Amino acid sequence: MSRTRWLQVGGIVLVFAAAAWIASSVLERVVSPVAVPSTAPAPAAPAASVPHIIATLYYGTPDGQALAAVKREVPLGEGPREQGRQILESELEDAPAPYLSLIPRGTTLRAFYITDRGDAFVDLSVEASTLHPGGSTHELLTVYAIVNAVTANLTSIERVQILIDGRQADTLAGHVDLRRPFERDTVLVRETKGTQ
Amino acid sequence: MRTAVLSVIAVVLVLVCGPHAQGTAPASPLTLVTREGRRAVASTILNGQEFIGLDDLAALFQLAVREDALAGGVTVTYKGRTVVAATDQAMASVNGRVVTLPAPIARAGRRLLVPIDFIPRAIAPIYDSPIELRRASRLLIVGNVRVPRVAIRLEAAGPPTRLTLDVVPPLVVSTSFDAGRVLVRVDADALDIATTPAGAGLIDQIRTGDQTTTIAIALNARAGMPRLSTVTTNESARVLVEVPLAAQQETAAPPPPPPVPVPAPPEAPAPLLGTRTAKLQTMVVDAGHGGEDNGVRGPKGTLEKQVTLEAARRLKTLVESRLGVRVVMTRENDRAISLDERNAIANNSKADLFLSLHANASPSASVKGTEVYYLRLDRAGEEARRTAAATELILPVVGGITRPIDIIPWDLAQASHVDASSRFASMLEEELEKRVPAGPRPLQQAPMRVLSGANMPAALVEMAYLTNGEQEQRMKSDEFQGAVVEAIYGAVVRFKTYLEAAPTP
Repeated sequence: MSRTRWLQVGGIVLVFAAAAWIASSVLERVVSPVAVPSTAPAPAAPAASVPHIIATLYYGTPDGQALAAVKREVPLGEGPREQGRQILESELEDAPAPYLSLIPRGTTLRAFYITDRGDAFVDLSVEASTLHPGGSTHELLTVYAIVNAVTANLTSIERVQILIDGRQADTLAGHVDLRRPFERDTVLVRETKGTQ
Repeated sequence: MRTAVLSVIAVVLVLVCGPHAQGTAPASPLTLVTREGRRAVASTILNGQEFIGLDDLAALFQLAVREDALAGGVTVTYKGRTVVAATDQAMASVNGRVVTLPAPIARAGRRLLVPIDFIPRAIAPIYDSPIELRRASRLLIVGNVRVPRVAIRLEAAGPPTRLTLDVVPPLVVSTSFDAGRVLVRVDADALDIATTPAGAGLIDQIRTGDQTTTIAIALNARAGMPRLSTVTTNESARVLVEVPLAAQQETAAPPPPPPVPVPAPPEAPAPLLGTRTAKLQTMVVDAGHGGEDNGVRGPKGTLEKQVTLEAARRLKTLVESRLGVRVVMTRENDRAISLDERNAIANNSKADLFLSLHANASPSASVKGTEVYYLRLDRAGEEARRTAAATELILPVVGGITRPIDIIPWDLAQASHVDASSRFASMLEEELEKRVPAGPRPLQQAPMRVLSGANMPAALVEMAYLTNGEQEQRMKSDEFQGAVVEAIYGAVVRFKTYLEAAPTP
């Protein structure tokens, strides 16, 4: 084989290698746009050993009349689905003082998933319904604490449907219609300052 | 040989230049609102995400931007505070804290683009003044600027034509009427108006006036002197504009065009499911909860299902004896009944009005007062409402006449009654406020399950907070229940008058 032929073969191999490299890097972004490699150092990463984000979580205001948007540290999750799960796990924990918890204690997150259309499903254990104290006001605050916690932090999600024990439910305690997904609603939110 | 060299050059060019972005402009521009005024800010859509030029942001917020090609990142500095954003990861470090972004930094030629969420998530925490991004209204608010949200709702059924304008948070609002225009001025720096309804009824047009904090409502030539009122609560300032017909037109015999002869209507047939009625003949009173479902339990053990049943019985007696309107109860005793069954009873009774009675709960024992709800439609509901008229069927009924029937999904039956429900709910709120303490949000629109399937005007009353010890005691008393029921009766009387005065479609 002549020297020219060798150079041509080498060039073609180089073109294929470069195309493969570009395709793989593009695919990586499409499949996991928020993924963070665990080994790669984050830019100016915080000193804490567990990476975290500052998320906005929602609790009852001390006077019980509105939702308080409270900034809290939440473990960093790989991708929107894992991040959403971390946010909801934190939302289910007791509210930091002086705020009020809106989701019955004992409620657990059974699953969290996101459809291709950007709808999120939050599957809660039955305690969310059976231990709920009821009342339109309390129920609205509970529902929108969950919906806003997801939509405020995961901007790709437009609508959230709440499931109870893996199934579509009518209501939590007889008032707010859970049969259809909710969009973010800040009417009940009263802004607060600072990070907890 | 030449082909191979060209291939290598092409590859090198691709690698060096990288995947540069070509975006499209968003449907409406982002508007920057500051004390100095408003102006549009250019943004671009790439792969479904909205981006803004980092150089534009640097100019807007006096940021220093430095790109470190070797480290693969960009450093943004403001008064010694820094944001480090990676170009290959959807995240940034803000003063040492990691925040996620919807997408990594992108390139367009020599420009760097950041997702618009970079503003609230990365710049706001390091900036001196507050920064707020309101996605729905496309506003980027910088500094201590008062930009209340304004919701405008127009009810053309009437006359009177009714316009409600809610300003949240409540700022000082003034109203005036001059030269056929009602002017509503809000003491703010700018207004965040989600949607401005088109004119209808006796209102020709609603628009933002000459100044950005004034809303001008142009009245129709047939309109009389409007009634203007403003109610301010802790949550909102509500302006109510009621536009009646001009007095001479109300009393004058024929309107300018000659009246078309209309055949005398036959005796009104029994109302059908889906038809509009103009009379209040049957009302359904729904005592909330029941059976195994206790509803709210007060601190001293009072159960919501008991007080709702007691109040419902009182209301039935009062409405039937004084008004002669038939009242159907969804339950007469302590039994469990599903929400669908409650709607079915109302729809099968061909009721003209539905009222659900409840007692409220709050996570704080201090909250008290009465609150009224009517249905808020989601996207599907609004769609059903819009298409209801379009899919109206004209069906023959007994007597050789025809009647329009709206085709609407069963579980969204309330969609075509929301305007009338809003009117009834307002009347309930006004009458209740005269007799019992009002709650923090006396009138609300919410996705209430028991209202969505009611094929008639419908509202839900939370009579008081059972979680408040004082209200729990009062709620069991004859005096309190009597006051609530009298107030509801007053609203039913007003709604009956309204229905009977309204023209039948």
